[in-house]
Amino acid sequence: MRDGYEMVIGLEVHCELSTATKLFCGSPNTFGVEPNTNICPVCLGLPGSLPVLNRRAVELAMRIGEALNCTIKRSIFHRKNYFYPDMPKDYQISQYDEPINVDGHLDLPDGTTIGIVRAHIEEDTGKTSHIGGSGGRIHGADRSLVDYNRAGVPLVEIVSAPDIRSAADARAYVSELRGILVATGASDGRMEEGSIRIDANVSVRPVGSDELGTRCEVKNLNSFRSLVRAIEYEAERQAELLVSGASVTQETRHWDENAGRTHPLRSKEEAYDYRYFPEPDLVPLVPDASLLEAARESAGMMPAARRLRLAELTGAEPVSDPIQTVIALDLDELVVAAAALGADAPLALTRAANDVAARAEAATALEPSAFAALVRLESAGSLSATQAKTVLAELIESGGNADPADVARRLGFEALPSSELDAFVDEVIAANPSEWGRYLSGDPKVGQFLLGQVMRATKGRANGKLVAEAFAARRR
Amino acid sequence: MTAASGPAAAGELLDAGTAAVAAAVRAGEITATEVLEEALERVRRHEESLHCFNLVMADEAARAAEAVDTAVAAGRDPGRLAGVPVALKDNLCTNGIPTTCSSKILEGWRPPYDATVVTRLREAGAIAIGKTNLDEFAMGSSTENSAFGPTHNPWDLSRVPGGSSGGTSAAVAAGLVPVGLGSDTGGSIRQPASLCGVVGIKPTYGLVSRYGLIAFASSLDQIGTFAPRVADAALALEVIAGHDPADSTSFDRPAPSLLESLGAGVEGVRIGVIDDFLDDVAPSSAKAADDAAEALASAGAKVERVSIPEMLLGLPAYYIIAPAEASSNLARYDGVRYGLRVDGPDVETMNARTRAAGFGREVRRRVMIGTYALSAGYYDAYYGQAQRARTLVIRAFAAAYERFDVLLSPTTPSAAFAFGAKTENPIEMYLSDLCTIPSDLSGDPAVSVPFALDPDGLPVGVQVLAPALGEPLMLQVAAAVEAAAPPSVRGPVTPGGHHG
Repeated sequence: MRDGYEMVIGLEVHCELSTATKLFCGSPNTFGVEPNTNICPVCLGLPGSLPVLNRRAVELAMRIGEALNCTIKRSIFHRKNYFYPDMPKDYQISQYDEPINVDGHLDLPDGTTIGIVRAHIEEDTGKTSHIGGSGGRIHGADRSLVDYNRAGVPLVEIVSAPDIRSAADARAYVSELRGILVATGASDGRMEEGSIRIDANVSVRPVGSDELGTRCEVKNLNSFRSLVRAIEYEAERQAELLVSGASVTQETRHWDENAGRTHPLRSKEEAYDYRYFPEPDLVPLVPDASLLEAARESAGMMPAARRLRLAELTGAEPVSDPIQTVIALDLDELVVAAAALGADAPLALTRAANDVAARAEAATALEPSAFAALVRLESAGSLSATQAKTVLAELIESGGNADPADVARRLGFEALPSSELDAFVDEVIAANPSEWGRYLSGDPKVGQFLLGQVMRATKGRANGKLVAEAFAARRR
Repeated sequence: MTAASGPAAAGELLDAGTAAVAAAVRAGEITATEVLEEALERVRRHEESLHCFNLVMADEAARAAEAVDTAVAAGRDPGRLAGVPVALKDNLCTNGIPTTCSSKILEGWRPPYDATVVTRLREAGAIAIGKTNLDEFAMGSSTENSAFGPTHNPWDLSRVPGGSSGGTSAAVAAGLVPVGLGSDTGGSIRQPASLCGVVGIKPTYGLVSRYGLIAFASSLDQIGTFAPRVADAALALEVIAGHDPADSTSFDRPAPSLLESLGAGVEGVRIGVIDDFLDDVAPSSAKAADDAAEALASAGAKVERVSIPEMLLGLPAYYIIAPAEASSNLARYDGVRYGLRVDGPDVETMNARTRAAGFGREVRRRVMIGTYALSAGYYDAYYGQAQRARTLVIRAFAAAYERFDVLLSPTTPSAAFAFGAKTENPIEMYLSDLCTIPSDLSGDPAVSVPFALDPDGLPVGVQVLAPALGEPLMLQVAAAVEAAAPPSVRGPVTPGGHHG
């Protein structure tokens, strides 16, 4: 961020609830099926049809409220009226001024508290695709196709207070929130499938100011990468305007991931008048005692507890990079399971945070027993670090269920016999006399260089620990 | 009833009413098919002069009648309305059968499902014979707002049948069917019932499922029944009433029995006669209510006059709330998914052209009023204020029902009026619902019972109102009103001719 300015960020996170059926009807809530097959008269808004609230969706919304320390209260639904072809009724049923969850907060791993203004229930819209014309927009398209499978899918929209001050904190907030949503069972957490979608309200102001600057709402942030890039771009754009003496126009802006910039969608001044009014087809939602109790009891392990569990197991700091990475990618169960199967916990954490994380998508099939066996082979010295990484990659690519010892054998990764190792060590010492001299005089850095030379000479087959021991033996 | 069959017997049965038809069909004295043929013959004879129907479902009805006859032949119970021909207002969805709301905008649309009330009628063995005309989307009091032309009043073909359920009301009044369904948002059952000399019940909001009723104003819409006699309208209401999980606003409790207490009289029943409409109704309407009150008093009821000034807040509040909800309910007719589409260069133009071409004048007027009333900056002054007025009406009724078991009033300001008499002045037309609107706002039940003839020989109804779920006592009083009225005030009548 430009000197003298700070960002003020509030996030609106839309979370699709993992219910079996939609918010107001019995149509399945499943992703990726043939267009316009998960539909019925209600979610198509056919004349005469009426909505009936999904009890499970209410339960999940309350769990989210509970996990975000919200007050859970009596709520009502409103109609938000505007014409758009992806909305079957040309209004969206949403909670407006009396939402189910209000006034909560979420603590980031570093202890920063972010206020939660509200977390309310609403229905999702359908999906349009625009064929021909320019840029996939409805205007100028030759024709538009609508898929109503998503219409009526239950959403909870979680609105943060403008308490976030950097793109990194925005990332940490979404990551933590995602962990909470998964833990509550409310969401599958699949951002790539649109299960979690983010709009960011971004403004900038001079450091030390208490006033909020004019904000822009940035839409289409569907990955951590675009979230961070878009916020940084938008804040810089606004700061530049202010520095040059211009002012920021309040508007909605679209993040273009390919171009790496935001561009205006529509101006708030000419925004739709949504003509909200209470939805007469639904009755007020009063959280009864049994629902509240269920919401409190049934949550899974929250991200903070997961970090603590890994820290205790591995000795790493709870907010260290490896632990954060592993939690963000839901790999902590793998580490815990591997440790239970006798693998060295710190090494399992390292391999998970670096090498499994690099292939996170394919790694969902990785068997904890195979992973544990691999870590055991490495810590026993049967595989070098380099070999272990290669075997792990191969293990993941091949479906995650092979025996790592077989994979190692197939790759020719027999551990180097110690008799052969001595010859390589002597060869490296002979070829690098000045480095060896510095090593002997106690320069610790050069030891790494010499180790690397042995690794190169043995094509990675040497065990690093044994090499270090061999150097140490020659020093005496 | 004799075991004779044939058209004459079927005609007698149709005139004798719903319960008589069902009893004869269940007993095997006549077949549902014979009854249906007679009803269809009557439709053929009179439809050209009356125009009650948007669609006559002759084939579907014939199959349904056959199924009833098969059941009877096999010794199975075909249901409480076995073989009874029924008319359905054309805003009730019928699976695979066009449902138009008398609007061009729904051109070509066939619902893929039945309204809950249609299912219940069918399960009770009733035979739906057609979809009846209405003011477009139930907005009107004369059926003159139908895109398919008006329905004529069988008592005088130069006059309107009332509305919006004018098609059903006229069909019942002309004896084409012994019973029919309509919907009431501001009086759309009771007002045409009064103008056609038949009984029309608007039940408590939530007693009858709205699932499959094409919405006009969701917080007000309620389905109800028409028949010449109170008992038959009550019987049909019993069949369609009761909880429906598909309608979140339907009462989750067993529907009350309506027939048991019908003959119990009015001894000791506390009845309040509402005075506040007197300035706005014709002398014949006021006199009908007064005479009915007197008759009830002589039958043993404790009758008192009562002033409830909040009743007059009903009309202005209604003409904000109903259009506001309508503007939202009718947004979906945008040309994207079903019904009419008038193409345009972009989607907004297509939406606008479709709606301009598909909606009639009154619908467009109300959509605009409603949109305006909900707009930012106007919401509180209009919609908010109307909701506060609605609350006052609800409280005023509640206070009145602490003193009275039921209330009595004229149903309509006047008897049936001539075509065109009120089309140029919407406010004049809106006043037709002055006496019926308050109980729609409060959600309470009310019924119109034919009681007198005006100087032109046209029927005049009297309205009995009751607190929520007070239908049993309300209908008990209505039956007493009916008993005090001469048969000449009610249908069936021979269309264009005089009372039979």
